Amino acid sequence: MRTIAYEDIVKAIRDTIIYSTTHLSEDMLKALQEALQKEESPVSRAVLEQLLENAELAAKETKPLCQDTGLAIFFVKVGEDVKVEGGSLKDAIYEGTQKGYEEGYLRASTCDCFTRQNLKDKIGYNLPPVIYFDIVPGDKLEIEFAAKGGGSENGSRATMLAPAQGIPGIKAFVKEVISNAGPNVCPPIVVGIGIGGSFDMAAVMSKHALFRDIGSTNPDPELDELEKEIQEDLNKLGIGAMGMGGTQTVLAVHIETFQPGRMCHIASLPVAVNIQCHSSRHAHITL
Amino acid sequence: MAEYRLQTPLSDEDVTKLKAGDIVYLSGTIYTARDAAHKRLVELIEKGEKLPFDLQGAVIYYVGPTPPKPGEVIGSAGPTTSYRMDSYAPTLIEHGLKGMIGKGKRNEAVKESCRKYKAVYFGAVGGAGALLAQRIKEAEVIAYPELGPEAIRRLVVEDFPVVVVNDTYGNDLYEEGRKQWAKA
Repeated sequence: MRTIAYEDIVKAIRDTIIYSTTHLSEDMLKALQEALQKEESPVSRAVLEQLLENAELAAKETKPLCQDTGLAIFFVKVGEDVKVEGGSLKDAIYEGTQKGYEEGYLRASTCDCFTRQNLKDKIGYNLPPVIYFDIVPGDKLEIEFAAKGGGSENGSRATMLAPAQGIPGIKAFVKEVISNAGPNVCPPIVVGIGIGGSFDMAAVMSKHALFRDIGSTNPDPELDELEKEIQEDLNKLGIGAMGMGGTQTVLAVHIETFQPGRMCHIASLPVAVNIQCHSSRHAHITL
Repeated sequence: MAEYRLQTPLSDEDVTKLKAGDIVYLSGTIYTARDAAHKRLVELIEKGEKLPFDLQGAVIYYVGPTPPKPGEVIGSAGPTTSYRMDSYAPTLIEHGLKGMIGKGKRNEAVKESCRKYKAVYFGAVGGAGALLAQRIKEAEVIAYPELGPEAIRRLVVEDFPVVVVNDTYGNDLYEEGRKQWAKA
């Protein structure tokens, strides 16, 4: 059994939150630079230039890239041979989130669903985070963090297709979601698609798909091909940067399926689309 | 696609020369308000009470900034998605509001009010919060401090970069831009 100190987890999470909300991830930076080269529309090019300048300034001043510093999302893989000493893992994630957001001068964006009141003094600063735990073999603790803004979440959708609708049905649904979202989700975007599992699992997979590096290959060659086809199709919509018209709307499409074997129920074909705005704030910690 | 430098408050003459797609650099005083503040402003108008700022020629920026670090005027301050203000905006436009800054689509009622009462909807670049904050020279909470990031702030901006999305003639940059670049 390997032990990890509670305080080490708190500190790692705090530091990761502050760094990733002020430094645009390398893959997104590269993708935006490439989009600027390819974009044909002058107004979209001007937007891309502003985004690159913003990223440079944010890093220099350790200032949030975007004022919507998001809900804190965690995917946590806990090794079976890991023991947390000095407190619980869940408490450490909560405390690290609170410290990261408060000490990093990030926005407390959580509120009561009904009264819309900010409860930072009662519940905690930008708490609670959304956490998905998984138990895996080994003695490591792997934490993936995303600061997920509200704009791109609001444009995300899930559906249950009839199995007969198949791949054409999936493509049509994704196109409808991205077309309707238009400028509201801050394009250029990454499109995460979860296919299979159950209604809820498809949505979780669509969110997790956004952690994959832009420009990486899907290990399933058929899905890799499908990702490229969908991306090409979506870029024909002409939405452009911030929806002002252009050719570079979708920087990548990432598909995740329910493993092993891309499975789902015989009666269903669950599909979820989670959109990631250009202000991609994703990080990976291994302890 | 023309470029203009405008000083707030805006006049009918200022806004009627603008066309969807034009780039505008705004300077002067503007006000921040999101959903919760809009609800309160509309309630005041309905009761015939005085608003916390003069709406004549005013520009409202849809933003909920991050908290400023010590020594900063304001934290990151990019636009939020505007449709959440659609149910309130026509009342404000009818009572003198001339400009709105946000991101994303507006509904038909807002576009119609822009035509009828001569107002414009500007788009700022979402996610450029650090860059846009540089153009904000003063910030002061003037109403509803209990709303935190959603409080109404008076901002003084200098050359704040925006693009005209909906003009006073019924044009919509999102629709036109997309039509221009869409491929069959």
